[in-house]
Amino acid sequence: MRKRPVGQTSLNPVRALLLGLPISLFLGALLSDIAYYRTYELQWANFAAWLIAGALLLSGIFVAVALIDLFRRRPYGHPRLMFMLVAAMWILGFFNALVHARDGWASMPTGLILSVIVTLLALAAAWTGLFGTHRVEAS
Amino acid sequence: MRPTSFLAIALACTALAACGGSDPDQAQYGPDPTLPDQRTSLIPNIEISTPAGWGNDRPTVPAGYTIEAIATDLKIPRQTLILPNGDILVAEGKGGANAPAMRPKDIIAGIIKKRGTSPVKGGDRLTLLRDVDADGRYEGRSVFAENLNAPYGLALIDNMLFVANQDSLVRFDYRPGQTRAAGPPRTIIDLPSYINHHWTKAMTASADGRFLYIGNGSNSNIGERGLAAEEGRAMVWQVDVATGAHRPFATGLRNPTALAVQPGSGQLWAVVNERDELGPNLVPDYLTSVRDGGFYGWPYSYWGENVDTRMKPADPVKVRLAIRPDYSLGSHRAPLGIAFSTSTMGGNFADGAFVGQHGSWNRATPVGYKVVFVRFRSGHPSGPPVDFVGGFLKDGKARGRPVGVTVDPRGALIVADDLSNTIWRIAPNRPAQPGASAA
Repeated sequence: MRKRPVGQTSLNPVRALLLGLPISLFLGALLSDIAYYRTYELQWANFAAWLIAGALLLSGIFVAVALIDLFRRRPYGHPRLMFMLVAAMWILGFFNALVHARDGWASMPTGLILSVIVTLLALAAAWTGLFGTHRVEAS
Repeated sequence: MRPTSFLAIALACTALAACGGSDPDQAQYGPDPTLPDQRTSLIPNIEISTPAGWGNDRPTVPAGYTIEAIATDLKIPRQTLILPNGDILVAEGKGGANAPAMRPKDIIAGIIKKRGTSPVKGGDRLTLLRDVDADGRYEGRSVFAENLNAPYGLALIDNMLFVANQDSLVRFDYRPGQTRAAGPPRTIIDLPSYINHHWTKAMTASADGRFLYIGNGSNSNIGERGLAAEEGRAMVWQVDVATGAHRPFATGLRNPTALAVQPGSGQLWAVVNERDELGPNLVPDYLTSVRDGGFYGWPYSYWGENVDTRMKPADPVKVRLAIRPDYSLGSHRAPLGIAFSTSTMGGNFADGAFVGQHGSWNRATPVGYKVVFVRFRSGHPSGPPVDFVGGFLKDGKARGRPVGVTVDPRGALIVADDLSNTIWRIAPNRPAQPGASAA
């Protein structure tokens, strides 16, 4: 097997996308929630609902990949931690989607709090994924 | 089952409040209904009664009354009008198709709720039914007018037949005995139709024939499309027949789905569909007299000054102004029809109002799906509602869903059923009159 030069990332581009997408979408939802919380402008609540739905759809693939990683013979990073973070992100994200389906202010403040937690979990999952690549390089 | 997994399921059920369960029918009737605390769940209770056919069965009516289907295979009949010669006009249509999905929820809820309605395409027409020999059988049937746009409210003033489409008020010239309109109608005014979430335009005429009253439903459950979308909505308009000028007559009425003028007093009454997703016993739908200039709470509060915190920014000033309605019909029953009775309906059902209830979706145990009679005493509702037409639900399936109700002055209640696409006629059994001819 060809040796990778030290410092070059071994992160597969698809994997990088999977790590990044939930961050952008959940973060977008969080920012929309903050805007709704501050202005009562309902279009922000609509944006948040769609962003969360999109995040769930795309991070569903992420959950599947993390699940497969659990059973790889050559572990890729920290598969268990990764799976737990991604699963928690998805489940709480799903609850967040239900909260955002409530009408008007009924989504607040629960929706905003969940958006913060889910965004942090998305960041943590991405961080774990990127860390994983370093272990591969070192081998 | 391991105790932990049982616990997990129990917790999940509590969180979701969606594991079946039941919401017994609370007797939430009258001027002072019990209002439980507001309850929001993660998944709103959605219980759709899927359609089933009538077969040889028919709705149930009180002893001494007979029910007959006088027209079937209609195209979504909603409201009816009895013309002076006894002919019945039926408005057929299905509106609200242009309401865009604002959130993922709208798509999902739309798919689910569609399971409880007829798959037939709305007729966008008026059908005329005629009982040639006054025997209660309507052997004559013709299409009176076509190419309307989800017609709902109907009113006749002299020779002017008014039809409230989902987007406009139009007028036909009517000649007694006509079975088909002479030509296309003339548009009088446009009605609010942007998005058109609650699209039905209920209508009735004032006793003196000078005004039309039109009920415009809200564009949302609780203002979640923004108040700009509610322009001209959640209110009853008064339209001057001579000039077409209109003004808000009463506001804060979330979805006034049927209007009627009380005989004698000339007072306007309405049935109103209240808001969802606050629990199985909130908010009571109601029957109320409609006061000129009155504000009835939506979206800021319900049943007087009970604040709905889902509406932001709040408006405490408006909340203090909110009028308590006259009579609770119970939550989620979806009243869509109202008609004042006459003495020809028979002793127990002579003084009061019939109310057609389309039936619930936002509670585990379905309610409504019937026509009730609210007795009046000295001009005001009195006592609990009495079932007049029932049997629409059987074994968890809906065989019909009542909408408009109309009293034929000769002594019959006409009920439009938009699920089985039928017009039902309920009349007191006449004692056989000696010497009456068979004709």
